[in-house]
Amino acid sequence: MKEPGLERPGIALEVAAPVRRTPLDEIGRVKMLACQAALGAVIALAWQAVSGRLVDDYFISNPLAIGRRLVAWIGDGTIFLHLWATLYATIAGFVIGSLAGVVLGVWLGVSRFAARLTNPYLLALNALPKVALAPLFVLWFGIGIESKIALAAVLVTFLVFLNTFAGVREVDRDLIDCARLMKASRAQVLGKIVIPSAASWVFAGLKTAVPYALIGVVLGEMIAANRGLGYLVQFSGAQFDTAGVFAVLAVIAVLAMLLNWLVEIWQERMERWRIVSR
Amino acid sequence: MIELKNVSKRFRKGDEVVEAVGGIELGIRRREIVAVIGPSGCGKSTLLNMIAGLYPPSGGRVIYNGKVIDDVNTSVAYMTQKDNLLPWRTVRDNVALPLEIAGLPRAEREARADRVLEHVGLTGFEKRYSSELSGGMRKRACLARMLLQGAESLLLDEPFAALDAQLKLVMHGLLLRLASEASQTVVLVTHDLMEAVTLADRVVVCTHRPATIALEQAIDLPRPRDVINVRFTNRFRELYDVIWDRLRLEYHEERI
Repeated sequence: MKEPGLERPGIALEVAAPVRRTPLDEIGRVKMLACQAALGAVIALAWQAVSGRLVDDYFISNPLAIGRRLVAWIGDGTIFLHLWATLYATIAGFVIGSLAGVVLGVWLGVSRFAARLTNPYLLALNALPKVALAPLFVLWFGIGIESKIALAAVLVTFLVFLNTFAGVREVDRDLIDCARLMKASRAQVLGKIVIPSAASWVFAGLKTAVPYALIGVVLGEMIAANRGLGYLVQFSGAQFDTAGVFAVLAVIAVLAMLLNWLVEIWQERMERWRIVSR
Repeated sequence: MIELKNVSKRFRKGDEVVEAVGGIELGIRRREIVAVIGPSGCGKSTLLNMIAGLYPPSGGRVIYNGKVIDDVNTSVAYMTQKDNLLPWRTVRDNVALPLEIAGLPRAEREARADRVLEHVGLTGFEKRYSSELSGGMRKRACLARMLLQGAESLLLDEPFAALDAQLKLVMHGLLLRLASEASQTVVLVTHDLMEAVTLADRVVVCTHRPATIALEQAIDLPRPRDVINVRFTNRFRELYDVIWDRLRLEYHEERI
């Protein structure tokens, strides 16, 4: 009897041919950076070319005008005044909100009673769009930086709280039992098992919360303020200054990326074990 | 020292009630090594969990040093079947955890951890995380941590199952030596009859679920035992055969 595969040897050869990846998949870091820069340049050039010809300059401004505006603002220091106001409020709001979120999350995660007691109220507060609280904070804290910090902190608190709570609930019961058998006190179980175990959840919460802190601050500044990037974008818009609006947006985007990057570095330091295990 | 008085345990699984342990009477003396053997899933681990006080029995009482256990039993060190290493800690910090909880200074607990890691052959892996270790290495790290805890009694749930045959023998020798030096009482759950006879003063054969005691056999092999050569003695063969004669019935009942 003939084996079926031997009748048509050509087929087997065709199937065995390895699937080659396209060279683009394997591109190196430096080359990729160059490509990314080129893509940016192409978009900017196209923007510049289209502006004033196909689309009215009034709507989309143009990269050169935006660049000039940025240089002017950097030159006279305007941008730093506003940048600092926004950065300060974002960091303050983030720190306060994170602390509150972690404390609340750990507390409710550990205490079943407290979690059940507060559950409907927390659900209601969480469902509420927090930005709607802005007018209230302006009433309470005035149009100064405090109302922006409060808005950012509230947004951050809920995100961090939900993640921390889930993380604490996810802690392996066996690890807790293991520590208790070693005569660990409640505080030791919390400090050595529960919190480190929930850390990656907390970090996930912190990471998502960073842009929200910025959103809270910028929004607060747009509603009522006399400085900050949100104020500047609102002011530029009111002056029909499209280049100014785009310039502030660029600064906000850079700021947001920078903050994200800082949290990532911090997480990598804190969670070396996770990186090693990858 | 450890007394099980008509201990039973039922679990509710949805609408179904599973009877894991059904009326066990067992007394374990101080410094005794008792091996509990029986088919997989027969409720042996449940027994250890109750001695550790992780949950109460449904019926009967578990008594430790004359006191009914009604909370986590901190006089025992428990090596569970699953390795409970903390993934965010290095091997050394994991092994030193009981000393850290006891409040010893860092230098001392690290020195002691390194010494016991050397015993279990994990020197050079002190700074690794558990995810970087093989299953057998994790088991040895758990064993090291348990030995370092210095508890009055040791509960071991299939501690050597993931080890290769030779390493198993080395670990048997280590356990016998250290438990004897520290005058520890040992309850060992296993499904390896060879291991049970080698290590124990008494082998308890459990029936298929719900676990009850089918046979208690004293192992009168002399101590200290040479874990390798003891296997080639006639008395070992006789004891092995007696226990196997009873144990195999449980496997037939399971229709394997």
